[in-house]
Amino acid sequence: MNWIAIWVTFKLASLTAGALLVIGLPIAYWLAYSTWRWKFVIESIVALPLVLPPTVLGFYILVAIGPHSPVGRFYADLVGHPLPFTFEGLLLASILYSLPFAVQPFATAFEQVDRKLIEASWTLGLSKVKTFFKLIFPLSTAGLITGAVLSFAHTLGEFGVVLMVGGNIEGVTRTVSIDIYDEVQALNYAGAAKTAAFLLVISYLVLLLVYAMNRKVWAVWPQK
Amino acid sequence: MAAEIVVDVTKTFPGRKPIRASFRYPVEASTVLILFGPSGSGKTTILRSLAGLEWPEEGTIQFVSRTWLDTGSRIKVPPQDRHIGYMPQDYALFPNYSVAGNIAYGLSGLAPADRIQRVTEMVELFRLTGLEDAKPRELSGGQQQRVALARAVAPRPQLLLLDEPLSALDAPTRSQLRGELRGLLKQLALPSIIVTHDWAEALTLGDVMAVMHEGTILQVGAPQEVFSRPANADVARVVGVETVVQGKLIDAREGLATVRVAEVSLTAVMNENVGSDVFVCIRAEDVTLEPAGAGLTSARNHLHGTVSAIASLGALARVTIECGFPLVAVITRSALTELGLTVGASVRASFKAGSVHLISRQ
Repeated sequence: MNWIAIWVTFKLASLTAGALLVIGLPIAYWLAYSTWRWKFVIESIVALPLVLPPTVLGFYILVAIGPHSPVGRFYADLVGHPLPFTFEGLLLASILYSLPFAVQPFATAFEQVDRKLIEASWTLGLSKVKTFFKLIFPLSTAGLITGAVLSFAHTLGEFGVVLMVGGNIEGVTRTVSIDIYDEVQALNYAGAAKTAAFLLVISYLVLLLVYAMNRKVWAVWPQK
Repeated sequence: MAAEIVVDVTKTFPGRKPIRASFRYPVEASTVLILFGPSGSGKTTILRSLAGLEWPEEGTIQFVSRTWLDTGSRIKVPPQDRHIGYMPQDYALFPNYSVAGNIAYGLSGLAPADRIQRVTEMVELFRLTGLEDAKPRELSGGQQQRVALARAVAPRPQLLLLDEPLSALDAPTRSQLRGELRGLLKQLALPSIIVTHDWAEALTLGDVMAVMHEGTILQVGAPQEVFSRPANADVARVVGVETVVQGKLIDAREGLATVRVAEVSLTAVMNENVGSDVFVCIRAEDVTLEPAGAGLTSARNHLHGTVSAIASLGALARVTIECGFPLVAVITRSALTELGLTVGASVRASFKAGSVHLISRQ
């Protein structure tokens, strides 16, 4: 088994899940509570990576961060090397690719918090931000963990985006799924089988955790 | 500026009659104002507008010297800055906090030592000792209600808003807690506004009562006044009970009470313990009228009197009989004709002991 690819994959998945836990919260909060009439426009954009072919998403990200775009040039001037085919570039692409897997469970969890509890908190003098951290956040833990775990699992298995944005650089951007593809191309079926089984078991365990956590009987407190 | 709340708002919900309310209510006397009306009358909307949880499209809300809402000059004070205590109908206790945690929730502005002391005070006042660490779902309905009230008053609000404070409880608990709530409100001495559709609650808890119907306030007055002298037929329909008089409990045995009202003795069924001073409430529909010399009936109360007023309510007529106190009966127009009732006629009014409701008076 290619342990270097496994290490790169886990590093990428953990950082993606961690970043989405930070970036996803305000987006999910806005989606859950905004009464803006055009909210569905943003909702659709957030959900886009669910249906878009990874190569299409990867292509646009590649163009957007490449040396011909202002963003790409700004980054290259700042850091000294361009974003594509680096681990950071891959991380950015993964964050965008897994966005709906984090934001949608977060938003659903926030929506399920009883509006009356939030109003009670406001009348007790707590600002919206304080109400979020003292009430909404602790009441949404199951949904937050679900979102983080799903985006982690989703990143583990990504292929198209990685190939487009990260390339296939050993120790930097070669992830497990690319490694499996390489092994098959080289007709090394035994090596591919081992890595594939490894990914299967990990993915199953992760989903087991998600579903176990969302079982009502195990919920942190009874749902109404 | 006088210490009062001045409300003049209009709130529209799609497909419904707009809610228009305009009233003034003095706050310095720490009196309890009842917003009374059937469901859908707009009373909860008014309460929520006072809490800052609902935004009327038009109007002003003035609290003492502060403007909470003025749509003309775009002033909108959020609930956080109104310093109110608000208790919603189903209490909305925070499920992830203990009883003590719920009470302490709004006290983050206090120093830790003061906060602990305030929570201890509240726990004692609301008889929650021993339950500090319990989660809301482990509490009975009555206990939840006390926690919700304790949480609302712990930050010492300038105004207390209660939405149907007892309606989430079962009937026996409700009648038991009515008196208790009145005692607590008097002890807290906070200006309070209570929304209810229960006339017993209105009489027990209220000092002033505003009757709402279809989004408008129809009458404002002392609860007893409003119940016994509804300003018009709409109010009479909304409040239902028409005779409310003060009485004294003379005797209570075997579940029956004898009550003295003016010069008359009435027999009532005792459903709960009441003090010696009571409101005697009789629904107009429960009173039957007979010719003056009629014989015995199963009703325990027979009062002789003269008709002092007759008002038409369509197919029904509202007859007021002077029999030591003004008693109101609602009878059909045909009965009115058959009995030959006119103002000044002698008549006998009868009603069962079970139709006489007694409510404690403080």
